Amino acid sequence: MKFSWLFRMAWRDSRRSRQRLLLFMSAIVLGIAALVAINSFGDNLALSIDDQARELLGADLTLSWNRPPTRKTQQLAKTMGRDRAYEVSFASLVSIPKTGGVRLAQVKGLTGNFPYYGTWEVQPASAVQTFRQASGRVALVDDALLVQLGAQPGDSVRLGNLSFLIAGRVTKTPGQAAIAATVAPTVFVPNQFLANTGLLQRGSRVNYKYYYQFAPGTDVDKYVRTISGRLDKDGVNYDTVSERKKQTGRSFADLTKYLSLVAFVALLLGCVGVASAVQLYVKEKIASVAILRTLGASGRQALLIYLLQTALMGLIGATVGALVGSAVQLVLPRVFGDFLPVTVQTTLSGPAILGGIGTGLLISVLFALLPLLAIRNVSPLRALRNSYEDDLSGRDPLRWAVYLLIIGFIVGFAYLQTRNLMLAVGFTGGLAVAFGILTLLGLGLIALVRRFFPSSWSYVWRQSLANLYRPNNQTLILVTAIGLGAFLIATLYLTQGLLLGRVQLSGSGKQPNMVLFDIQNEQIAGVRALVKQQKLPILQEVPIVTMRLNDINGKTSSESKPPRPDQPADTVRADSTRRPPSWAFTREYRVTYRDTLISSEKIAAGKGPYQENGAIYISMEKDYMERMHVKLGDTLNFNVQGAPIPTIVGGTREVDWSRVQTNFLIVFPSGVLEQAPQFRVLMTRVPDNQTSAVLQRGLVSQFPNVSAIDLGLILKTVDEILDQISFVIRFMALFSILTGLLVLASSVVISKYQRLRESVLLRTLGASRNQILRITALEYGLLGLLAALSGILLSVAGTWALARFVFEVAYQPDVVPLFVIASVVTVLTVVIGVFNSREVLVRPPLDVLRGDV
Amino acid sequence: MSILRVENLTKTYASGGSNLTVLHGVNFTLEPGDTFAIVGPSGSGKTTLLGLCAGLDRATSGSVYLNDIRLDTLSEDQRAAIRNQHVGFIFQNFQLLPTLTALENVMVPLELRGERGAQKNAQALLDRVGLGQRGHHYPTQLSGGEQQRVSLARAFANRPKLLFADEPTGNLDADTSATVVDLLFELNREAGTTLVLVTHDLELAARTQRIVRVKGGTVVSDTQERKSERVIERANGE
Ligand SMILES: Nc1ncnc2c1ncn2[C@@H]1O[C@H](COP(=O)(O)OP(=O)(O)OP(=O)(O)O)[C@@H](O)[C@H]1O
Ligand SMILES: [Mg+2]
Repeated sequence: MKFSWLFRMAWRDSRRSRQRLLLFMSAIVLGIAALVAINSFGDNLALSIDDQARELLGADLTLSWNRPPTRKTQQLAKTMGRDRAYEVSFASLVSIPKTGGVRLAQVKGLTGNFPYYGTWEVQPASAVQTFRQASGRVALVDDALLVQLGAQPGDSVRLGNLSFLIAGRVTKTPGQAAIAATVAPTVFVPNQFLANTGLLQRGSRVNYKYYYQFAPGTDVDKYVRTISGRLDKDGVNYDTVSERKKQTGRSFADLTKYLSLVAFVALLLGCVGVASAVQLYVKEKIASVAILRTLGASGRQALLIYLLQTALMGLIGATVGALVGSAVQLVLPRVFGDFLPVTVQTTLSGPAILGGIGTGLLISVLFALLPLLAIRNVSPLRALRNSYEDDLSGRDPLRWAVYLLIIGFIVGFAYLQTRNLMLAVGFTGGLAVAFGILTLLGLGLIALVRRFFPSSWSYVWRQSLANLYRPNNQTLILVTAIGLGAFLIATLYLTQGLLLGRVQLSGSGKQPNMVLFDIQNEQIAGVRALVKQQKLPILQEVPIVTMRLNDINGKTSSESKPPRPDQPADTVRADSTRRPPSWAFTREYRVTYRDTLISSEKIAAGKGPYQENGAIYISMEKDYMERMHVKLGDTLNFNVQGAPIPTIVGGTREVDWSRVQTNFLIVFPSGVLEQAPQFRVLMTRVPDNQTSAVLQRGLVSQFPNVSAIDLGLILKTVDEILDQISFVIRFMALFSILTGLLVLASSVVISKYQRLRESVLLRTLGASRNQILRITALEYGLLGLLAALSGILLSVAGTWALARFVFEVAYQPDVVPLFVIASVVTVLTVVIGVFNSREVLVRPPLDVLRGDV
Repeated sequence: MSILRVENLTKTYASGGSNLTVLHGVNFTLEPGDTFAIVGPSGSGKTTLLGLCAGLDRATSGSVYLNDIRLDTLSEDQRAAIRNQHVGFIFQNFQLLPTLTALENVMVPLELRGERGAQKNAQALLDRVGLGQRGHHYPTQLSGGEQQRVSLARAFANRPKLLFADEPTGNLDADTSATVVDLLFELNREAGTTLVLVTHDLELAARTQRIVRVKGGTVVSDTQERKSERVIERANGE
C-alpha cells in the first residue's frame, strides 16, 4: 500500500475542512486536559511525598501506644535513637478566659525537639524556641482554634486547672494537613505541666508517642524489623518514614486515580461528540469516496485517508489538551489546598503527558472509527446515481468489534487507574446505563414530537420542532452530552444537600445535640445538677466500663497463631480463617450494660444481653463479631482492671451508627459491672450557642476532665469539609460541563453546514432573518431544556436511591438550585447555538448555489 | 481479442417486495479502439448497463469480460484495481473531488498507481485540455465546461484501454458541449482508447462508429448488426 499517497491525500482533502476537523477534536481537549492535569498532579504529589517524607513524620521513627507496654519496652523506648521527643495527647475542653470561648480540642504535652524534620510554622517564629525551653506555662495553639475562640497570641488558654500563655499561632505542623487542624485543632503545651491540669484522669483516652531522630545513615527500617515482633506483642504502634511515605502516597494516589476517572468521563463525553461530528463529516464525504472508488481506490484506502485525517486531528487535540492540562495542574495544589500534607512542586510530568496524549488519541480514533467504517462500503455507483442508498444500510460486523474495543478500553483504563476489576466493570456499566438512559430519553423525545406534532402551531414553532427529528438532527448527541454534564452538576448539589441535611436532621427536634463524656462516677450528680440548672433535659445517660479481652474460648492470640505445617492443607485454611486477629487482644473495649436494646439497635441473631444461671450472655455488634471470627456461644474472657469476667456470646445486633446515640460493640447485661470502675456519658439538648457556651464554661470550671461535643460545631465543620470536597468535585465536573458545551458548539457548527442551504433557501423564499433566528433559538432552547431535565431527572433518581437505600432517610430534593441549573444549561445552549448559527443569517444565497458552503 | 464482452446481462432490483428487472439479457462485444454509443429513452437502463460494464455494480445474472477478465467473480477491491489499470470515467456532473485542486484531481489516478512524475504528466494533460494555468483552482472556482475538461484530463491520465462516459455534455450548453466533445474524440483518437458513450444526444451518438439502442432494458437495435445484416443481405442479393 502506498502510504505516502494516503498521507498526501489525507492532507490535501483536509485543507478545506481543517477548521471544522479541529473543532470536532476540540471536544476531547478538555477531557485530556483534565486527565493530564490530574495525573501530572498525582505524579508530582508522589514525588513531593517522596521528597518530603521525613517532614511527614517529623522524625525518623515514632512509637505510640494507649496502654502502657511492658517495662522492658518502655525502657527501650526511653533510650532509642540519637535524640527523642515525647508527646502525651488526649481530647479535652479548653477555654479562653478572656472571651469565655470553650471548645473541644486535642491537647498535646510535648518534651524534646519535635519536629526533627520540616518546619513547624508558628507565628512568631521565636515562639517555638520559647516553647522548647519550657521554662514557663506557654502554649502553641492551632490557628483554627484561635479563630474559632476569638483569641490571639498573648491571651491565655485554660486547660483543666492551669492557664497557659498563648505564645504562638500554629499555621502548619509537619505531616498534618491543614484540614486536620480544622477538624481537631490542637493545643501544644510543655509536657511537664500536664499532670497539674488534672485532666489526665482515668477514663480519658490518652495516647503516648515518641518521636526519634537517628544518626544520619542509620537504616531505620532494618532496625525496626529487629524489634517489631516485640512491639506488636505489646500493642505498640510504630511508624517509619518509608511506611508513612507508602501510606500517604497510597491514599493520595487513590484520590487522584478516582479523580482521573471523572476526567475520563469528560474525555468520553468529548469522544461521543467526536463520533457524531465524524458521522456527519462522513456523510458529506461519501460523494468524494465514490469518485475515488471509480478511479480505482480500494475501500481500505478510502477509509485510511479519512482515518489518518481524524487521527491527525485527534493527535493535535490531544496535544493541545496535554498542554492545557499541564498548565491547569499548576493551580491544582491550590484547589486541593488544605487536604495536602506536603507542599507540591509543579513540574511537567512526562508519563502523564504521554499517557494523556496516547489515551486521547486512541479513544478518539476508536470513536471516530465507528462512523468511518461505513466508508469501506461506499459503492462507486454513487458517482453515477445520487440517490443510491443500498451500500450503507447493511449492518457491519466490524462495528461490533469496534464497540467491543471501546468497552474493553474503558474497562482497561478504569482498571489501570483503580486496580480493581469489579470497580472498573462497575464504572463502565454505570456509564453505559447513564448513556443508555439519556439516549432513551432523547429517542423518546424524538418519538413524542413526531407522534404529537402540533400541526396547528405557528410556523416558527413547527419548523423548530421538526428540526428535532428530521434527518441529520443533533437531538440524541446533544441530549446525551449536555444531559450528562447537567447530571454531574445536579448530583453534586443533591448529594451535598443530602449529607448536610442528614447532619442537620440529627441536630434537630428532640434529638440530643450535646454529648458530655468522661464523667467519673463521683461527678455524675454534680454534672446532672449543672445541666438541670440550665433547664436542659437529660436525654440519655450511659455508663461505660473499659476492659480488655484476655482470651476467646480459652485461647489467647499467641496460642491461636498459625497451625503446624504437618496439618492437611484444608484444615489449615479452615483454621486460619477462624483465628481471631491479634488486634482483638490488644485493643481496649468500651462497654456498657443494660438489659434492653435502644432505638438504633436491632437483633440480628440470638437474644439481647441477659444473665442465666450465673452465666453472663453478652450482645456483640454483627460486623464486629464477623471481623473477630467469633460465633454465638463462644466464650470471651474479659479483664476489667485486673478482675477476670467470663462471658458467652448470646446474641448479635445490627447497629445504625449514623444516629446520634452512644452505640457499643459489646453490651453486657445489667447486674455485672455496676461496681466496676466506670465513667458516664450524658446527652442533652442545648437550644442555642449561648446556652451551650454557658454549660461548657460551667463544666470547665467545675469538672475540667469532662469533655463536651457540641453537634452544632460538628455540623459547621462538616459543612466546611463538604464545601472543600465539593469544590474539588465541582472543579472536575466543570471539565465535563465545558466539554458538553464544546460538543454542543461543534455539533451546532456541523449541523450549521447541513442547515445553511435550507436556511438560505428559506430566506430566498421570503423568511425574515428574525424568523430564522427564532426558529434556531427555539430549537436549541428545546434541546437544552430537555437535556438539562433529563440529566437532572437522572440525578434526582440516583440521589433518591442513595437516600433510600444507603442513608435510609426520606428524601426531599431542593428544587430551587435544580431550577437554576436547568435554566443556566438551557440559556447556555441557546446562546451557543444562536452564536454559531449567525453565519446563516449573513451568508449570501449565491454561495449556496455555487456549492461553496 | 475483445476489450469488452457482455453476455446475457440481466439486472433486477428488488424494491419494496416487488422486483424490477431493468436489463433483460443484453449481449454485445467491443473490439479495441471501437467508439460505441448507448442511446435510449430515460429510464431504459443505460446508466445501469454502463455501471455493470465498468464493474461498478454486480449483475443479477450474465457476465462482463473486461480485457478478458471476468468481472463478476472479482471482489469490489479487485474490480477497483482493474478500474485503476484499464478504465477511465467521465460523468454528467463532472464528479471532481471538491477538496482537491484541478491539478491534484488529475494526479489521483496516477498517484493511485504509484507512478513517478505524476505531477508532470498531470500538468501536461491539463495543458492539453487548455487549462494549464488553472491547475491550482478548486472545482468550485471553475465553470461547468472547465470542470468537464479537467475530468477529461483525469479520465485519460492513466492511459485507459476503455473510457466510459455517461451523458458527458448533459449539463453543458451547446457551444461548450461542442468543445468538450471535440476534445473527447481527439484525445480518444490520440490514445487509441475504446470509448463507451451514453447519451440522449443523437448528433453526438452519430460521431461514434457503432450505436446501440436500448429500450425497456433490451437492445432494440445495434448498428453493427445492421451493418453485418446489410452485408449479408447484399451477399444474398448478389
Ligand atoms: N437502486 C435501484 N433500485 C430500484 N430501481 C432502480 C435502481 N436504480 C435504478 N433503478 C431503475 O432502473 C431503471 C433504469 O435506470 P437507469 O438509470 O439505468 O436509466 P437511464 O437509462 O440511465 O435513464 P436516464 O436517461 O434518465 O439517465 C429506472 O427505471 C430506475 O428507476
Ligand atoms: Mg442515466
